Amino acid sequence: MTLRISGTSGGELRGQNCEGYRETPPGIACHVPVTKGRYESAVALSTGDRTSEADLIDRLRRGEEAAFTWLVDTYSPSLKRLALAFVSLDAVAEEVVQETWLALLTGIGRFEARSSLKTWLFKILTNRAKTRAAREKRVLRFSELGPEDGDGPVVSPERFLPPDHPSFPGHWSTPPHPWSVAGDQAVLRRETMDVLRRGLENLPRSQRTVVMLRDVEGWPAHEVCAALELSEANQRVLLHRGRSRLRAILETYFAEDA
Amino acid sequence: MAPTSDTDWQPQMGDDTLDEMACQELVEVITDYLEGTLPTSDRARFDAHLAMCPGCREYLEQMRALIRLSGSVTAKSIEPATRDSLLRAFRRWRDS
Repeated sequence: MTLRISGTSGGELRGQNCEGYRETPPGIACHVPVTKGRYESAVALSTGDRTSEADLIDRLRRGEEAAFTWLVDTYSPSLKRLALAFVSLDAVAEEVVQETWLALLTGIGRFEARSSLKTWLFKILTNRAKTRAAREKRVLRFSELGPEDGDGPVVSPERFLPPDHPSFPGHWSTPPHPWSVAGDQAVLRRETMDVLRRGLENLPRSQRTVVMLRDVEGWPAHEVCAALELSEANQRVLLHRGRSRLRAILETYFAEDA
Repeated sequence: MAPTSDTDWQPQMGDDTLDEMACQELVEVITDYLEGTLPTSDRARFDAHLAMCPGCREYLEQMRALIRLSGSVTAKSIEPATRDSLLRAFRRWRDS
């Protein structure tokens, strides 16, 4: 089967594009208990709700548009975010997401549900995004990418007592400015979210991707490692540096606000 | 890239479980703590330090608040035009 989408260059997609995706390594399927509400609701498909997943696949195979629309609306934001981990241009990420959905349609007839639909989908996305990145000679290998901001301390040494301090070496000299003064309601203010969103956007790419997938999307660590081909240790370093930087940004924001 | 590097600023850990953890070390291992990957001895030092340090309790609380807040950042979806073209492709696929 050949699919062609209008309005996109290179939108041709053949069935064989899906070869190799059918048997996604079981290791990257999500088998861990999910504790985060957002992740749980968004990816209920991957967490063992096999009945509804089988039902959804059936409906898709029967050509039920609502099933396809639901999938597209549920997963496209995450797919695009993951695509942007590999390709730089928004438009290219958009095309990669589009190609992924077309590959899903082409391959759904042969999908054997050995992995979850969601795992399969993200595997297709990752492969296509890498192919695109390679074509653009802009391959970003996360495994080779450091934190991109050196490996210095995540909190300025000036905020701590010096190592030769007689009583409290390395303890806070300027402790964290409390956020609680702003109150829980204020913490959720739109402005706070804007500060956080800008902070995320300005993180070095590798940190941003890991923080996005872990904390914004709520992926478990092992899925992020699998998708980005990162070791657990490197994933933690990127998460640590990204989170630490964001905390500092919010601390500054609340301190100015107080 | 190693998970921890032996740079000057980074306190050595794990050698002495009785060794008190300094705030400066705590902020560097906080993600390992939250991820549950901190070695048991360091975890004990972390908890012991936390019990007596309001500054680090605040720091930990802020990290947790940040993670919660990040969960409510909304993702940008695909362009409406892309979605439309996908639905058209779906109908062609269905009717083929």
